[in-house]
Amino acid sequence: MNRLAEHPVLGTYERGRRVTFTFDGEPMEGFEGEPIAAALRAAGVLTHRYTAKNKEPRGVFCAIGRCTDCVMVVNGKPNVRTCVEPLCEGMAIRTQHGLGNGAVAEKEERP
Amino acid sequence: MKRRDLIIIGAGPAGLSAAIEAAQYGLDVVVYDENALPGGQLFKQIHKFFGSKEHRARERGFRIGQQLLEEAGRAGVEVVLGAQVIGLYDGLIVQVVRGDRIERVRANAVVIATGASENMVPFPGWTLPGVIGAGAAQTMANLHGVRPGNDLLMVGCGNVGVVVAYQMLQAGCRVQAMIDASRAIGGYGVHAAKVARTGVPFFLGHTILQAEGDGKVESATIAQVDERWQPVPGTEKTFAVDTICLAVGLTPATQLSRMAGCTMVNLPGLGGLVPATAQNGATSVPGLYVAGDAGGIEEASSAMIRGRLAGLAAARRQGFADSQAAESRGQELHESLDRLRGGPFGERIRAAEELMHKALEKEAACQTA
Ligand SMILES: Cc1cc2nc3c(=O)[nH]c(=O)nc-3n(C[C@H](O)[C@H](O)[C@H](O)COP(=O)(O)OP(=O)(O)OC[C@H]3O[C@@H](n4cnc5c(N)ncnc54)[C@H](O)[C@@H]3O)c2cc1C
Ligand code: FES
Repeated sequence: MNRLAEHPVLGTYERGRRVTFTFDGEPMEGFEGEPIAAALRAAGVLTHRYTAKNKEPRGVFCAIGRCTDCVMVVNGKPNVRTCVEPLCEGMAIRTQHGLGNGAVAEKEERP
Repeated sequence: MKRRDLIIIGAGPAGLSAAIEAAQYGLDVVVYDENALPGGQLFKQIHKFFGSKEHRARERGFRIGQQLLEEAGRAGVEVVLGAQVIGLYDGLIVQVVRGDRIERVRANAVVIATGASENMVPFPGWTLPGVIGAGAAQTMANLHGVRPGNDLLMVGCGNVGVVVAYQMLQAGCRVQAMIDASRAIGGYGVHAAKVARTGVPFFLGHTILQAEGDGKVESATIAQVDERWQPVPGTEKTFAVDTICLAVGLTPATQLSRMAGCTMVNLPGLGGLVPATAQNGATSVPGLYVAGDAGGIEEASSAMIRGRLAGLAAARRQGFADSQAAESRGQELHESLDRLRGGPFGERIRAAEELMHKALEKEAACQTA
């Protein structure tokens, strides 16, 4: 578990209410308003996307919205910077493949 | 098109300070920040600042951030969040994205206070998930309360490296090693000593050779470097780590100043390409000012003074500030900045500033010739 319960300088963290979301269809829990990337990291997810040509995994690099390494498909919308996008109840978050034509990727994955 | 007295881009220490100073003289000030939270990098800085009381030493960054926000509110500054500035035309027309809308607002003066981004160094495996900026580690742990990993390697022993390493220990991570290609620790000795006291080994004169792992970082290999910074064969060491933090410097965010057509100069001492500025942050474009890291990498304390100087200059330019009072206020701020840069860490900045003023003089001479 990567969540800090208490911090020696900051004390306890103020977090939003507990919400559920899905990652590639699998239900997960996080806190409302925290960046999607924080919720995923706490749940042990490191790979956010695979590159278009070489299909290499990528995850968070800058965590402040500058590098776009962390983009994913959120509620069907591709290229969302998950390190700055706040988590909401019921979000459907998917690993992004390539340039992120989310709709196509989801269709392909369906049985 | 809406018109404002002063538009400030970036609500970090530099931008907020500029806003507070200008609003005191009665300017109508708006600050745009792309983040959902204002304060810039201050809110992840949980260590105590150095220097004298005047420069808020012994205060922690996040508290200073809270104070600045309250002060800005009292001064009547409007802070607009979730507002990303994507364009600057004729120096003073600001194009800003809010949600799905794009707005254009004209200003009588603009302060660019957009901060900096972290540098990276490429090595085999550097794109693996688990290789992150030191600032990213700081953001995850201090702001969001999530540990970026369990076992860390810190690459870079400058201020950011040693400060963030200590903060990661505070967050309950294990720092397996600190490395730096240089043979000296660049960061504040006090912070480095705090890290060393916990038993974390420092490998100076070492570089990272590669990150290894299947789909994510599982280990990292380092090696000693010779005088020409080449790895020495046979000195390799491998550490089992899940996270590699890069603290290898910052680069000023210059997209907007370049777009506005500011005269730029390359000054390694300030982090690379920066807009040429007078001491009050005035660029070569009339009415356009730069403050904080966006004008050269320094630290939060000086970003606040540079912000105040730019805010004061913007007020004077528009005739808001009584000239005699403004003169002595400007003097006071300059002296404070000089005192801050007085120490050994300020030497790099002072030397770079001198080069900048030489470059400006040369340009002025060419124009009149
Ligand atoms: C990892 C790290 C550790 C640091 N540690 C220390 C330290 O220990 N001590 C110290 O004194 N200093 C430290 N610094 C440096 C210090 O944080 C900076 O010098 C200081 O925060 C600079 O202030 P600023 O206002 O210029 O920029 P920032 O604090 O970076 O603020 C810039 C703001 O501009 C906003 N912005 C950027 N682009 C746009 C845009 N296009 N539109 C709208 N908004 C935009 C950003 O969201 C941000 O809020 C550190 C910096 C980093 C990155
Ligand atoms: S990690 Fe860089 S944009 Fe999200």
